[in-house]
Amino acid sequence: MPGHTYPGIRSLLSRWLAATAFLSLCLASFCAGTVQAQEPPYLVTYSDALEEPGNLEIAVKGVEAAPKNANAFSGATLELEYGAKGWWTTEVYLSGQTTQNDSTVFTGFRWENRVRPLLRQHFINPLLYMEYEDVNRADRSFLEITGHHSISDLQLTNAEARKTVERSMELKLILSSDVKGWNFSENFIAEKNLASEPWEFGYALGMSRALASKASARLCFFCRQNFRAGGEIYGGLGDRYSFGWKQTSQYLGPTVSFDVPKGPTITFSPSFGLNANSAGVLYRFKVSYEIQQIFSHVHKGAN
Amino acid sequence: MAQGSNHRRNLPGLLLALCFAAAAYATADGSWLKRVPDADRARTNPYAGQADAIAAGGRVFLDHCAKCHGADAEGRGKKPSLRSSRVQGAADGEIFWLLKNGNLGKGMPTWSKLPEETRWQVTAYVKSLGKSGLFSYAARRDRREGQ
Repeated sequence: MPGHTYPGIRSLLSRWLAATAFLSLCLASFCAGTVQAQEPPYLVTYSDALEEPGNLEIAVKGVEAAPKNANAFSGATLELEYGAKGWWTTEVYLSGQTTQNDSTVFTGFRWENRVRPLLRQHFINPLLYMEYEDVNRADRSFLEITGHHSISDLQLTNAEARKTVERSMELKLILSSDVKGWNFSENFIAEKNLASEPWEFGYALGMSRALASKASARLCFFCRQNFRAGGEIYGGLGDRYSFGWKQTSQYLGPTVSFDVPKGPTITFSPSFGLNANSAGVLYRFKVSYEIQQIFSHVHKGAN
Repeated sequence: MAQGSNHRRNLPGLLLALCFAAAAYATADGSWLKRVPDADRARTNPYAGQADAIAAGGRVFLDHCAKCHGADAEGRGKKPSLRSSRVQGAADGEIFWLLKNGNLGKGMPTWSKLPEETRWQVTAYVKSLGKSGLFSYAARRDRREGQ
């Protein structure tokens, strides 16, 4: 019900997140083949890493912020990522958010597909990304930033914001390189609202590396090999009539991920706003499990 | 006569079965070996034969490869055995190249996000599978950890 309020931590989103985390843990413990993914520690930028064929990654991605001129909020997105082929990954996102002194709302879904046109590794590896979005304006997932995004847009109440549903197509050109242990990834984003709004643009850049390049023969918890670190910068680039990075938000921040042995991967990043259109800091995190060969578990269960 | 017409009736089915067999063979025909550039084929494994590296490679193998190729690396379904003469006869550089590039059209993912040293460790482990004494490392440890 629009406008129905729940204070702070007792929000529906917290319950939803707890339920999601519980479900993920159950799935992970059910599936003995659960391991962490070998992906760069990015929270916004995509690299050329695709899900291995037959594997399912379940992730919860969160973002928290307390902007100066708007209520503090907490956004959460559940991601289900499946490796359909070696060159094709498909993913569904379900997003919701809770805003302090306001309400908790489901904000919409996204369905994206990433395909790799070149089947071998090159110095620069391109990927094509196509996404359909059906999200309302109360969305706080910050999965990417496009157009003239401003943190002051968040002053609208959830009840008002969720009345406007945006259905759009998003295209990304993902370029990624691995050089001497470092990963460099560049995303160029073009988004078109299927209504009459103009094309909007954005970008995300990331670089990262594993803290150790050799694996250890021993099972160890806080080994360097279990950590990856790097940085990301991302933001909007306006639209086709006013291209540029001035009247939109921009963020920069370090990012680190920890592969818990025989467990999930935990990624954390504080993203610092670079201009007045941005929030001061976005605290971002992601917890992900990869279940290997998901359908082999289903078949086993059926037998 | 009747037998001859039966054969003719079965011909499309037979051809279809042959096509499937050919496709199944093609998925494991090792054609990727022909695509390895000479420079990559000639690369040598800095960790070849080193017990520590083989053990570390075995751990990575269990985490990422065993679900498809089996903890004993004998292969599962269409996923090939890594103990086959084709794999064991491949050069270290060829296996390293396959780990980096994958064989995406046939289901083998790229492992380019693993650091290069780690991929060499996995290569050392895979090549150790053809030798007695080391081959059962992953299977033994998998059984032990499963208990």
